[in-house]
Amino acid sequence: MSGFAKPLKIALGLAVIAGLIVIPMNFNRYGLFILSQWAVMSIAAMGLNLTLGYAGQVSLAQGAFVGIGAYAAAIMTTHGWPLPAAIVVAIALSFAVGWVLGYPALRVQHHYLAFVTLAFSTLAFLVFRNESWLTGGIYGISNIPRPHFFGIATSKPLPFYYVCLGSLAIVSVAVWWLIRSPWGRAFMALRENPLRAQSLGIDTRRYTLMAFAIGSALGGVAGALYAPLTQYIDPVPFNLSLSLDLLMMVIVGGAGFYFGPFLGAMIAVLLPEWLRFTEGYYLMIYAVAVMGLLIWSPTGILGILDRYLAERRTKAASALRAVAKSRLETVQ
Amino acid sequence: MSNLFDLLVAGLATGAIYALVAVGFTLLWQTSQTINFAQGEFVMLPAFLMLAAMHAGAPFWLAIILGILLSMLLLGLAFKMLLVDPMMRHGVLPLAIATMALAIGLKEAVKQFFSAEASPFPSIVPTGDISILGHAVSLQSIGVLAVAIVAVFGLTALLNRTSLGHQMQAAAQNPTVARIIGVPVERMILLTFLINAFLVALASLLITPIYLAKFSSGEVLGQAAFIAAIVGGFNQVRGAIAGGLLIGVLDNLAAAYVSTQYRAAVPMIFLIAVILFRPQGLLGRAEERTV
Repeated sequence: MSGFAKPLKIALGLAVIAGLIVIPMNFNRYGLFILSQWAVMSIAAMGLNLTLGYAGQVSLAQGAFVGIGAYAAAIMTTHGWPLPAAIVVAIALSFAVGWVLGYPALRVQHHYLAFVTLAFSTLAFLVFRNESWLTGGIYGISNIPRPHFFGIATSKPLPFYYVCLGSLAIVSVAVWWLIRSPWGRAFMALRENPLRAQSLGIDTRRYTLMAFAIGSALGGVAGALYAPLTQYIDPVPFNLSLSLDLLMMVIVGGAGFYFGPFLGAMIAVLLPEWLRFTEGYYLMIYAVAVMGLLIWSPTGILGILDRYLAERRTKAASALRAVAKSRLETVQ
Repeated sequence: MSNLFDLLVAGLATGAIYALVAVGFTLLWQTSQTINFAQGEFVMLPAFLMLAAMHAGAPFWLAIILGILLSMLLLGLAFKMLLVDPMMRHGVLPLAIATMALAIGLKEAVKQFFSAEASPFPSIVPTGDISILGHAVSLQSIGVLAVAIVAVFGLTALLNRTSLGHQMQAAAQNPTVARIIGVPVERMILLTFLINAFLVALASLLITPIYLAKFSSGEVLGQAAFIAAIVGGFNQVRGAIAGGLLIGVLDNLAAAYVSTQYRAAVPMIFLIAVILFRPQGLLGRAEERTV
C-alpha cells in the first residue's frame, strides 16, 4: 500500500470508518445483522491471518474456537454474567486450548498440521453436540441476552452493530500493534525461514505456540460476539465448514496482508447476500468466483493490488534510471 | 462373536470403498501436490451423473459406462486443465482452498439441478444374504469388497508391473529426472487424474446403493478418505489401502462398542495419535521436513 501518499491513505481510512458508522444508520434489521456478522467474522479471520498469514501455521480449527467462544459467552450470559466477563473467559479459554493445539505444530508441519487441526475441529463439534448438560446439545442455547453498556441497552440491532464494530476496531488496533512489535517480526521470521529464525536466537517453539494461542483467542472473541448477535446457538454453525470458510476468507482476502481478512470476510459474508437475487445459484456463483479469483491471483485480492503497486514502482524506478542515464550521457 | 464377525465384514466393505477414494487422493498428492478437499464430492457426483443418464432413458449398464466416462471427463480432465494446471506452481495452499470452493460448487450444483432430497440408487450386486462359515453375510458387502479388491489389485499391478506404471511412479518421485530420461511427465500426471476420476466413480457406484444419493453425502466420505490416506501414509498407495480398511473397520466397531454419539471421534483421535507419533503414516516413508 506504500504506493499511495500518506495523507491520502489516512483520508481513505477515515472515510471508510465514517462510512461504517454513518451509512448503516438507516439499514433494516437484516442488513445490520449481515454487517455485524461481517465484523465478527473479520475478527475471527484476523486471528487466523495471524496464525496462517504471518506465522505460516496452517489451521483448520478456527471455527472450533469461534464455537468455544460462543458457547462460553452463551453459557455465562444466560447465567447472569455480563458480556465483558464472558469475553475475558472466552479469550482465556481459547488461548489455552489454542496453546495446546499448537503442540502438534512443533512436531509436524503443513498438510499434516492441517489434518490435526481438522480432526480437532470435528472433535470440538462432537463435544458441542453431545455434552448436552453443558451446551444444550442439538437444541442449543436460546435467549442469549445482549449486553448493557453504560446503562445503554444494545438489544436493538443498531446499538449491537456498534458493539461489534467497536470490538472490531479494538482488535484491529491490537493486531496492528502486534504485527509491528518484535513479536510480529518473529512470527514472520517463523513463516519465512524457521531454521534461520532459530539460529538468530528466536525461540521458535514459544512463538509457534503463541501464534496458535493468539490466533485462537481472537477466534474466541469472535465467538463471544457471535452468541449475543444471533441470540441462539446450536452446534451446526461451528462445524468444519466454518473453519474452511474462515480459511477461505483469509486466502481470498490475501494471507499475510493486514487488510486481507476484512476483504475476505466481506466477500464470504456479503457476496452471497448480494447474489441472493440469483436464488438457488448464489452459492454456486460464489464458489466459481472464489476459484476464478484464486486462479487469477493465488495470493488473494490484496495480492493483485500488491503486484500492481510493485509493477508501478519498478516502472517508476526504471523511468528514473533512464532519466539519470540520459543525463549522464549528455554530460559526457 | 457372530456380531463381531458381521461388524468386521461390514467394516471391511466400507473400508474397501474408503481405500479406493484414499488411493486416488494419494495419487493426486504424489504427482501434483494437490490436496483435493473436493474428493468426497467427487464420489458424490458420479452417482448423480448415472442417475441423470437413467432418467434420460439409458439402461443401467449404459448409465454406469456413461457415468464413468463423464466423471473422467469432468473430474479428471476438466479438473486438471481448468483448476489444477493454472494453480499448481503457486504452492499447495491456494489450490487446496480452490478445491474447497469446488466442493461447495459441486454440492450446490447437484442440489440446484438435481434434487436436495436423497435419491435411491440401484445396486450392481443383488441384495440378499449368503452363508459363510455359518454366518449370514450380505451379498452387497461381498460384492463391494470383491469389486474394490479387483480395482485395487488392478491398480497396483498397473503401477508396479507395467512400464506405464513405472513411468508414473518416476514422474511422481522425481519429475526433473523423469523428464530427463524421457518420461512424458505431463501425460503421466494427466493419467493419475483420470485414474482418480475412475476410482471415485467406482466408489460412487459401490457406496451409493448403501447410503443413497444425496448432494451432501460427500462430506463424511471425503473426511474418511483423508483420514485413511494419512493414517496409512500419505505417500504410499498400499498405505492408503491399509488405512482405508482400518478406518472402515474402526468406524464400524466404534459404532457398536463406543457410544454412537462419539463414534465419529474414534477415527479422529486415531488420526491425531498417528500424526503425532508416526507422521509418515503406518506404512509411509518419511518425507524430509523443513525443521
